[in-house]
Amino acid sequence: MIPAAFEYYRPKDMAGVLSILEEQGDDARVMAGGHSLIPMMKLRMADVPHLIDLQDVEGMSGIDLGAETIRIGAMVTQHDIIEHEPLASVAPILREAALQIADPQVRYMGTVGGNVANGDPGNDMPGLMQCLDAAFTVVGPDGQRDIPARNFYEAAYMTAREDEEVLTTVTIPMPIGGYAYEKQKRKIGDYATAAAAVQIVNDGGTCASASIAMTNLSDTPIYSEAAGAALVGTSVDDAAMSAAVAAMLGDIDPTEDNRGPIAFKKHVAGVILRRAIERAWSRA
Amino acid sequence: MKDEVTSRDDRIANLKGMGCSRKRVEDARFTQGKGNYVDDIKLDGMIFGDFVRSPYAHARIKSIDTAAALEVPGVLAVLTAKDLEPLGLHWMPTLAGDKQMVLADGKVLFQGQEVAFVVAEDRFAAADGIEAVEVEYEELEVLVDPFKSMESDVVLREDTVDEAGKLVDGAHGPRKHHNHIFTWEAGDKDPTFEVIEAAEVVAEETMYYHRTHPCPLETCGCVALMDKVNGKLTLWGTFQAPHAIRTVVSLISGIEEHNIRVISPDIGGGFGNKVGAYPGYVCSVVASIVTGKPVKWIEDRMDNLMTTAFARDYWMKGRISATKDGKITGLHCHVTADHGGFDACADPTKFPAGFMNICTGSYDIPTAFLEVNGVYTNKAPGGVSYRCSFRVTEAVYFIERMIEVLAIELHMDAAELRRINFIKKEQFPYTAALGWEYDSGDYHTAWDKALKTVDYDALRAEQAQRVEDFKAGKTRSLMGIGLSFFTEIVGAGPVKNCDILGLGMFDSCEIRIHPTGSAIARLGTISQGQGHATTFAQILASEIGLPADSITIEEGDTDTAPYGLGTYGSRSTPVAGAATAMAGRKIRAKAQMIAAYLLEVHDDDVEFDVDRFVVKGVPERFKTMKEIAFAAYNQAIPGIEPGLEAVSYYDPPNMTYPFGAYVCVMDIDVDTGVPDIRRFYALDDCGTRINPMVIEGQIHGGLTEALAVALGQEIAYDDMGNVQTGTLMDFFLPTAWEVPNYETDYTVTPSPHHPIGAKGVGESPHVGGVPCFSNAVQDAFRAFGLRHTNMPHDHWRIWKTANELGLHG
Repeated sequence: MIPAAFEYYRPKDMAGVLSILEEQGDDARVMAGGHSLIPMMKLRMADVPHLIDLQDVEGMSGIDLGAETIRIGAMVTQHDIIEHEPLASVAPILREAALQIADPQVRYMGTVGGNVANGDPGNDMPGLMQCLDAAFTVVGPDGQRDIPARNFYEAAYMTAREDEEVLTTVTIPMPIGGYAYEKQKRKIGDYATAAAAVQIVNDGGTCASASIAMTNLSDTPIYSEAAGAALVGTSVDDAAMSAAVAAMLGDIDPTEDNRGPIAFKKHVAGVILRRAIERAWSRA
Repeated sequence: MKDEVTSRDDRIANLKGMGCSRKRVEDARFTQGKGNYVDDIKLDGMIFGDFVRSPYAHARIKSIDTAAALEVPGVLAVLTAKDLEPLGLHWMPTLAGDKQMVLADGKVLFQGQEVAFVVAEDRFAAADGIEAVEVEYEELEVLVDPFKSMESDVVLREDTVDEAGKLVDGAHGPRKHHNHIFTWEAGDKDPTFEVIEAAEVVAEETMYYHRTHPCPLETCGCVALMDKVNGKLTLWGTFQAPHAIRTVVSLISGIEEHNIRVISPDIGGGFGNKVGAYPGYVCSVVASIVTGKPVKWIEDRMDNLMTTAFARDYWMKGRISATKDGKITGLHCHVTADHGGFDACADPTKFPAGFMNICTGSYDIPTAFLEVNGVYTNKAPGGVSYRCSFRVTEAVYFIERMIEVLAIELHMDAAELRRINFIKKEQFPYTAALGWEYDSGDYHTAWDKALKTVDYDALRAEQAQRVEDFKAGKTRSLMGIGLSFFTEIVGAGPVKNCDILGLGMFDSCEIRIHPTGSAIARLGTISQGQGHATTFAQILASEIGLPADSITIEEGDTDTAPYGLGTYGSRSTPVAGAATAMAGRKIRAKAQMIAAYLLEVHDDDVEFDVDRFVVKGVPERFKTMKEIAFAAYNQAIPGIEPGLEAVSYYDPPNMTYPFGAYVCVMDIDVDTGVPDIRRFYALDDCGTRINPMVIEGQIHGGLTEALAVALGQEIAYDDMGNVQTGTLMDFFLPTAWEVPNYETDYTVTPSPHHPIGAKGVGESPHVGGVPCFSNAVQDAFRAFGLRHTNMPHDHWRIWKTANELGLHG
């Protein structure tokens, strides 16, 4: 559990980061909290001859609440999310999800940016950000661009971010309605057996909009547009929830691992989604 | 005398002796990060060793090329079996009478097996060196199933067949097959079979007690230093039995025992994992001899989980017979034991399946028969007793499941079935059908107290209502009531039948009283977190009348401590604790003579009273132990040598038999398979209680490890022998979050043969806890027709049980 030798960089600004990335190409990786990358390096599954630590780069640790959007810097930790009262009051699903990530020690270091950028299907924030229709801002040698979370994930550890780009900001449209992040895991610190993020709007007893995303049930997070659509226009009764679950099951593609076989995961995904919808609807 | 005004109760309290919840003296350093573990040892010029390990479970080694590794900056040497062979150290003896490769000798038998030892200036260079060693493997057919192994033409161990193709006898008798290690039997086969076949009711069940791992927080490691000037080898390491390690090192290295000093520093948990000898120890010693430098080897977590001693892996087939009224008449247990590539079980020599023959449990079963077959497979070696006496966890799980299955067969309440079959108080000492003599017990009292405390009848009524509600669609949650009543067999053991590598399993204590009335006591055991420095001082305080706070307890340095067999199998209190009391009594006997001299009366005219000797009938005439200690060093007493020291080697006349009654109440989410432990009640009877707080801590820890094993902790392999659970992501180690509140309770039934009546407690909660948690899961589904399902009861397996019973619609 000792990584191969690597060069360590700690630039003060993004220009410094980008110049190292440009110089070293594929041999360089940026690191935020390090809780995904460092274990991979220690297992020698990730070969990173040049490691760029982002923690001294200014301007990436803010949480800004605007009238219509929330901007979260990539270096904001899960702990920061949990502690930020104004954020919790406008987007409580973020705190509810963050509290289900790992354990307090990991949450002190683990960042939102690292969680969404790494592309690990086990991470909770990617699905959550798809549910919230967030956009990820990346900067690179050609300037910056925004990539919708729903278009960001291509396969496990494969994302729309280019190697020479750095994810700097997550921008979330101000969420409305009821919410729930429901996660089944084997123990504290574990990735989800199945997790569901639901944001839902109740307009006089009828569902006006619903957004649903699932975690760790495919090689990417799964935004299930069909599952949300199955709820819109209904009173979110049993039949509607069954339709949403059926639609979601059509979108996920779980694999067998130590958490269990595929049939179990699909069943639990359905149970978890139904509970998430019920809880979100009760808050809507 | 100034302290005359002090009341007797105050004097007793001042000693902090037996029965007092004295705070642990170790915790000051542990809670401040000031412990001294093996990886804290740093010596001038120290270098590091680490292993190239096999990625394959079964393969022939065609070549090992170390040239590139030797080019890596900082790499000093790479050892392979070829380097060890001239020293006769490429194989080493195991505690089970088998032998084990130190470094792969032509082939590998399990994933992670040690292939080469890279020695480097630091651990980073060693890691780079490991990457650069080129090993060419030829993969061989992998056997991970012991039943298939026993039928396979594939010969795992070439030393099991001679040149003529005949099977070579194993350490415990003839082999049935080239992959068979031993067969061990206890009890009477034919009479048992006759009873079972003629019985009114017979319940049969097959259960797999899965492979798991003790997973101590601190992994295994050592530092070896061969001083070429004085010829002395010093070996620091994570040893649960430092004296036995010294003897083993001497036997295999040829270094005389007086030239070997083994030191166990602070140890961060053992649970059986640190009893045996590992290739890392041998390679570190050799590397130090070769380089003349201190060599450190420390496992990482994956090394520890994948290669050091596992636990359990028993396939148990049982038959239990009874009358229609539920009186048990016979028990048959047949075990297929998966030992992996080498038989490295840590059991007393005459017990290759440990004390599995305690499997008649707490019940008066007139006839029984046990057969255990050990088998080689392509898995890591081990088979240690994870927080239990030798294979007692397997035995208790077996009988406590068989009782539940029999209760189902009889349509009877499982608590009542236990009650009518318990060995009765007046039957002790009780000789069980499989040979053990239980020293003492009062099972009915403990059981009744447990059931009354949890209001068992109300729980059953609630459970019945829950089943009704479930069937009516009002709930998706089921309720399980887990019961277990266990009898442990600990304190190995009497030298007449217990030895390891020929070393009798006595233990020892040596006491020196200092002139000013404080003391040091050294023992042959070694704490790994049990709190010996606290509790052994309490035994002594009560025995010799000096405050526990004035007594230092020291263990683990073979140059200073008396010889002993170490700490495992809950043996420290039953054996070394007895030695401590007996040595204390020798001190007291001499103190009595000194007191009588000082008080100018006959020896028989003084008597011991808490912290002093008093002239009989004249309480104002006394000498405190403190005064006596000083006198021992400053007075010329006719006929008495100066000084006040004693040593005792204690050979226990029998094992001790702690017992307990546990109840677990669990709610199970049928749709997700998630269990929620609502209540856990643990009544333990460990005989005389030395420190109630330490006992409670031991029980919490043992129950937590029981929860782990029952609900998810396993070493799983795929068909190719790849370890599936090699990290703490997949190997379940519960945190405070997963652990319920434990209610502890007790009865006290002293051991009649132990000097202070103590029986040992560290492992009881694990032994009793595993079947209790498992029974709770299984009981939840009893109303729907479940007889038995195997552990670990993780979410998906619980879900699978519900699914197979048709509970998902």
